[in-house]
Amino acid sequence: MSEMPATAKLALAHGMRLQWEPAQDAHVLLYPEGMVKLNGSAGAIMSRCDGERTLAQIVADLERTFGATDLAGDVNAFVKFALEKRWLELRE
Amino acid sequence: MSAVSPLAAAAPAARGVGPPLWLLLELTYRCPLHCVFCYNPTDFASTAAELPTAEWLRVLREARALGAVQLGLSGGEPLAREDLEEIVAEAHRLGFYINLITSGIGMTEARIGALKQAGLDHIQLSFQDSTREMNDFLSSTRTFDLKAKVAALIRAYDYPMVLNVVLHRHNIDHVGEILAMAERIGAQYVELANTQYYGWAWLNREELLPSRAQLERAEAVTRAFRERIGNKMQIYFVVPDYFETRPKACMSGLGSVFLAITPDGTALPCHAARMLPGLNLPNVLTSGVREIWYESSAFNRFRGEGWMKEPCVSCPERAKDFGGCRCQAYLLTGDADNADPVCELSPHHHLVTEAVARAEQAAQQPPRAAREHVLKFRDHRTSIPVTPETGARR
Repeated sequence: MSEMPATAKLALAHGMRLQWEPAQDAHVLLYPEGMVKLNGSAGAIMSRCDGERTLAQIVADLERTFGATDLAGDVNAFVKFALEKRWLELRE
Repeated sequence: MSAVSPLAAAAPAARGVGPPLWLLLELTYRCPLHCVFCYNPTDFASTAAELPTAEWLRVLREARALGAVQLGLSGGEPLAREDLEEIVAEAHRLGFYINLITSGIGMTEARIGALKQAGLDHIQLSFQDSTREMNDFLSSTRTFDLKAKVAALIRAYDYPMVLNVVLHRHNIDHVGEILAMAERIGAQYVELANTQYYGWAWLNREELLPSRAQLERAEAVTRAFRERIGNKMQIYFVVPDYFETRPKACMSGLGSVFLAITPDGTALPCHAARMLPGLNLPNVLTSGVREIWYESSAFNRFRGEGWMKEPCVSCPERAKDFGGCRCQAYLLTGDADNADPVCELSPHHHLVTEAVARAEQAAQQPPRAAREHVLKFRDHRTSIPVTPETGARR
């Protein structure tokens, strides 16, 4: 993700809503006339994209929360995918 | 990417029935437009009174408790309901994502402000064509300028701009102009939805079905536009299934994710299911939503594969398309258990190819002056029972 500045903050894209759905036991992403059910790791990443934190901060938080050390690669790949899908956007 | 499972692809578990994730409330059949392609029942004028506010709010609570999360508010024209803001507010409180599906007629700055305040998430605005003349002709109203004003309001109130245009023989050649109009008013999503032949559209099928050449030109124009505009605008081009060789996975299977409630409280497993004979459709005035979804005979009728006949029952693709659309099977063959005749494996597929062949001929000679006489405009003064083959008659 060379094009992503280190200071860029991650946020849900305009018009997207993320919420926990007990009936589906999952986070879902809601947008005009559509819904995506997220798996556990995607939900954990997306729910931290609050427009305040950078990618590095999110990785650090996830590693702390799940007691892991090498999540940067996986998180980077998912964030790149989610930016392309316009689920996420960058804020300065 | 394993992280995602799009709703459309989510097949129901073999045994377990999942929740009605998508709830559509058709709040009213009242509509100021008279569109020739409307999917509403052609005898809508004879249906009973609309549910009162309190009943709609109860339906919302019961459906949300089951896991419903995407909410469509439609009709008719939902803005005709004066309690729309109240319904939106309760839906928002319950945690629904709320889509208003509207012609824009009846939208004012005061109302859009109140709807925003109540928690409305998204507005899908329909246009009938790119020009004032054709938009107004196809809806039998003078509404184009008003829609353009509503589009500006949608932008001003920071909603995603989502346009829907239903395509058919008389406007499909204007796809380039329609996309240019969408760009001009700042649309982020554009749905170019070829007419599906139910309701009024079924009555008018012989006048609405485009030719294959028209369809291919429209697809080429859309492709070129997409390449130019990039991801600034998402364009969905819904192909008319009469031109396919395999049927659509209608509703991901009836009783799988979709629940519609009509103005009088009738619960439907798809928009058009009211026409299916022998379906004992439940009503929210006499049954709870849980009972309707999980226990009613109507919602269990087409779950699983037990109802299927050949060629579906032994087809390796039956888990992918669920035999296609039950309403289309009924309308074209007279039996809702038959394979959707869009499928080239169906013994009735010739009914589809013959309709397409007639459209090819008709496309050679579209005398404009004659159109108004043959198109049947959606109107409350007429009440036309839907029967198989009505649409096939000239």
